[in-house]
Amino acid sequence: MTRFVLARLVQMAAVLVVMSFVIYTLIGLMPGDPIDVMVASDPHLSTADAARLKALYGLDQPLARRYLAWGEAALRGDFGYSRLYQQPALAVLLPRLGNTAILMGTSFVLALGVALPLGIAASRNPGSAFDRAVNLIALGFISVPSFWLALMLIFVFAVALGLLPAGGIETVGDGGVADRARHLVLPVATLALASMGGYLRYMRAAMIDALAQDYIRTARAKGAGEARVLLGHALRNALIPVITVAALSFGSLFSGALVTETMFAYPGMGQLIYEAVLGSDYNLALAGLLLATAMTLVANLGADIAYAAADPRIAYR
Amino acid sequence: MTMRKGPALVLTALAIAVTAGPMLIGQAGALVDLRHRLAGPSLAHPLGTDEIGRDLLLRLLEGGRVSLLVGLVAALAAAGFGTAIGLVAGYRGGRIDALLMRITDGVIALPLLPLLIVLAALDPRKLGLQGLADSDAASLYRIIILVALVGWTTVARLVRGAALSLREREFVRAAVSLGASPLRIMLVHILPNLASPIIVATTLSVGDIILLESVLSFLGLGVAPPLASWGNMLTGAQETIALAPQLALYPGLLILLTVVSCNLLGDSLQQALDPRGARR
Repeated sequence: MTRFVLARLVQMAAVLVVMSFVIYTLIGLMPGDPIDVMVASDPHLSTADAARLKALYGLDQPLARRYLAWGEAALRGDFGYSRLYQQPALAVLLPRLGNTAILMGTSFVLALGVALPLGIAASRNPGSAFDRAVNLIALGFISVPSFWLALMLIFVFAVALGLLPAGGIETVGDGGVADRARHLVLPVATLALASMGGYLRYMRAAMIDALAQDYIRTARAKGAGEARVLLGHALRNALIPVITVAALSFGSLFSGALVTETMFAYPGMGQLIYEAVLGSDYNLALAGLLLATAMTLVANLGADIAYAAADPRIAYR
Repeated sequence: MTMRKGPALVLTALAIAVTAGPMLIGQAGALVDLRHRLAGPSLAHPLGTDEIGRDLLLRLLEGGRVSLLVGLVAALAAAGFGTAIGLVAGYRGGRIDALLMRITDGVIALPLLPLLIVLAALDPRKLGLQGLADSDAASLYRIIILVALVGWTTVARLVRGAALSLREREFVRAAVSLGASPLRIMLVHILPNLASPIIVATTLSVGDIILLESVLSFLGLGVAPPLASWGNMLTGAQETIALAPQLALYPGLLILLTVVSCNLLGDSLQQALDPRGARR
């Protein structure tokens, strides 16, 4: 197990290096470069100044050399300066990370908390009216554009009913726990609803598969109660693929968080990345994307470990 | 059978409406009319007007044409790409399979939206694609390429699974023993037998792709105005939602209806064509 985790960590580092190069190259292909942006915003800079600045920052060097220089600084924890925030990129990112973690974590727990019981309940009588209704609702939430869901929630609960704030993270001058929580309700609801349908369908399918197995008949034959059959025998096995799917959904959950944060002006990492890309803040965009990728890779590794822990038949070498 | 008819009918009706509709109601409503902004329903404008006085019904139909077209073309492109990957992985097996499937899993697991945002912001000129940058429909081509670039994974996995079992069948062994080249076996003997998983996966991916197009267009990185798409019609809707909630309501409902129909159709096709593996 330890060797497996170590091997995967090495693999992960390699993937991260490759991704950093890909993202670095892509960011370089965005319109303009940092000096162009500077020149455009400062009429006193001449063409000669621009050329001198480009040489100073190494922008006249070939891509591979620039990447290596960036990589070396990044390994020392220096991801450069954010143009939009006039601060080191990492110092801008890290506080946002906490906000995003709160949003994603709450939504994830809520989505699983609703989806898993419903999926289990639906699997007991496949094809029944209840099952079909649950399925249709799940399909509806899979098919709804999350930004539009957010718009509708804002309209109903913030504009029409005036019950909840339409955006932001706290009321200026307040910022207590209750106030923060009120600001979280709509973003969390959006993200949870948008990710719930997939979990529900996986849980239901896995339970239907498990309930059709011979060991379930054996358990019933020896007189186990319905709850024990369902939760003790079927669920233990059905959870394994669901754990994998849930942990592997981190990437799409992050994509959902980007949309949700943008809709609700919630100061999280996703919104920051979007802002950085649109505002040509190259260092910030690069650091943000890498951090998001690294988090996803860690979550995927977590999925593999959880998978091994949940299924004793799996032996990792 | 009845399950499949509903969604198919809805999709057909939508396709006919967005193709023939704009011709029937004429282009008069396409003009900006600042005196009649955010108007309610009237005889001239059955659904009212948008924030710069254009006819909402006409915008919805034209936006629908773009959204459906992008969804369909990108889904077909993605299906072609995914089929190629899945076919090679499934038929060759071994290391190539392991590598291709790891890449597929990686693409599925990555936070795709932030990466797509960067891709959408790229400057085609820096890639030497001057023509793409200057053409009128540049945003259309760009969004189709982008979405196809990430939309192939479902097809690749389904095709790979099917190819994996097909290659053990007698007719494939017969072809191998007759000296057919791997390429010939893949294209002539295996591909025709993959029609049903490919159809199912493509149908299912059309929904995902329309969703992806809508969110990118909404964020201002997909289909660019003045060309309408259901996604970019919602871009300004947040500001006007208190005044004219219908502007936010209709495009979203149409996206939802289309994507639900695609997913229902895909589900029932899967059940009909492959009753054993009917789940996703």
